Amino acid sequence: MTRKDSLTVTDAHAVNVTGVSRIFSMKKKPAVTALESVDLSVAPGEFVSLIGPSGCGKSTLLRLIADLDQPTAGTIEVFGKTARQARIDQEYGIAFQQAGLLPWRTVRANIELPLELHKVGATARKARSTELLELVGLGDFGDSYPDQLSGGMQQRVAIARALAESPNLLLMDEPFGALDEMTRERMQNELIRICAETRAAVVFVTHSIPEAVFLSDRVVVMSPRPGRIRSVLPIRLGGPDDRSEHIREDAAFFEGVSAVRESLHGVPDAGNARGVDSR
Amino acid sequence: MRLHFTSARTVIAPVLLGLAVLVLWQLAVVALEIKPFVLPGPVAIADQFFGNFDNVWTASAVTGWNALVGLVLGAVAGVLFATLAVLWPVLDELSAPIVAALAVIPIVALAPVLYTMYGAGAETARQIVAAIAVFIPVYLNSLRGFRQVRPVHRELMHAYAASGIQTARNVTIPSALPFIFTGLRIASSLAVISALIAEYFGGPVGGLGKSITSAASSSNYSLAWAYVLGSILLGLVFYSITLGLEKLVSRHRPTP
Repeated sequence: MTRKDSLTVTDAHAVNVTGVSRIFSMKKKPAVTALESVDLSVAPGEFVSLIGPSGCGKSTLLRLIADLDQPTAGTIEVFGKTARQARIDQEYGIAFQQAGLLPWRTVRANIELPLELHKVGATARKARSTELLELVGLGDFGDSYPDQLSGGMQQRVAIARALAESPNLLLMDEPFGALDEMTRERMQNELIRICAETRAAVVFVTHSIPEAVFLSDRVVVMSPRPGRIRSVLPIRLGGPDDRSEHIREDAAFFEGVSAVRESLHGVPDAGNARGVDSR
Repeated sequence: MRLHFTSARTVIAPVLLGLAVLVLWQLAVVALEIKPFVLPGPVAIADQFFGNFDNVWTASAVTGWNALVGLVLGAVAGVLFATLAVLWPVLDELSAPIVAALAVIPIVALAPVLYTMYGAGAETARQIVAAIAVFIPVYLNSLRGFRQVRPVHRELMHAYAASGIQTARNVTIPSALPFIFTGLRIASSLAVISALIAEYFGGPVGGLGKSITSAASSSNYSLAWAYVLGSILLGLVFYSITLGLEKLVSRHRPTP
């Protein structure tokens, strides 16, 4: 697998967000502060989850990093470049809650879409998509059309597409949000494996506490109205080799879950420590 | 197997029903002694149809050509104008009243005016009538189609830093195609109807419309019906071809 070697600049963060605010001004309504003075940096290869209730600005923050939206104040750097330049240079791969596959293209052609747009030759495209189909376990489905696939399989295609250009940064906006519990856990296991193989940094938006804890090196807990970072919790569940299914039964995992939950609710609350959000 | 079963049923059932209707029709005409100017029997019509096949064929070719020219002109103009209206929404707002007016005007009513503009010896008036009739459904459906792009696809193309042309080719046009073809399918029948009706208002002889009126006025009712049959077949050909094109283009698309 070829990787872009854009990390020659020493100590360049994968993502560096400084003093970012985003205010949505609306007609005939008071302006909404979606984000207020947010600071966050993500190291190369690091997995960071953004978690918080609806309206806490976690998706907005991800969209700002992806340059799908622009901050009202503050700066965002991706590998030392402006977010806009990073987008134009295709420094990141992105996956949304909806798989967003093009229904008139085969699975393989969907994965090849970004390569095609950036003028990669047909032979190289084919080789890369074959590799990615294997990586996401869809080797036999290259010639299928998206509507012939289950939701979980479509989402895996979307992840393969996000990985097509071997980005050093993956931006994921609740990519497993629409999946059932079992598919979701399997996808999480696969994502851990894929991240270990590609060593990409990940910014992962979710509203599931166990998901954030299971996947992340750090969990960023956000609070709403205005959207702010409440706390940043390091999670220590060991490297990707140790982070397999059994971790979900591990004491460290439950500690992480409680810590995130306490931070989300603002106060330590033993009564709410189980069963609030089982995902 | 199931496919064969259903397609056999969907083909055979209407054919049987059609045959039954024809038999009943013929029986009614004979048994009730219905006069030909009221309703000729299917046997008499078929007799005239095949007896004058060359004439029906030539007339269909004349009307069919007018309809085809109108269909192509109207469709190209409709898609082109819809594209412009999407690129510059102000154009859409400015033209909305005109399009609404065009949509409610009985377009064949323009035929006599157009005949005086282009001369009674030219087919141009008929082609323009067909083109205007085609323009409306193609324009409205294309415009709607171009607005069907899902936000997630638009954002994806933005994230890929895709150019406008790349976005149009990979996302906007494929999203719009089913809608454009729905417009074309409606328009294909309209083109034939308009081209044919426009002949009633003047212009050169030779088309299906003129042939129907002249056969009827010379009391040759079965022949008039033979030309009507020709018109029906012509309309079916236009409809089937656009339907086939639509199916071909939307093979791998979930039904919306």
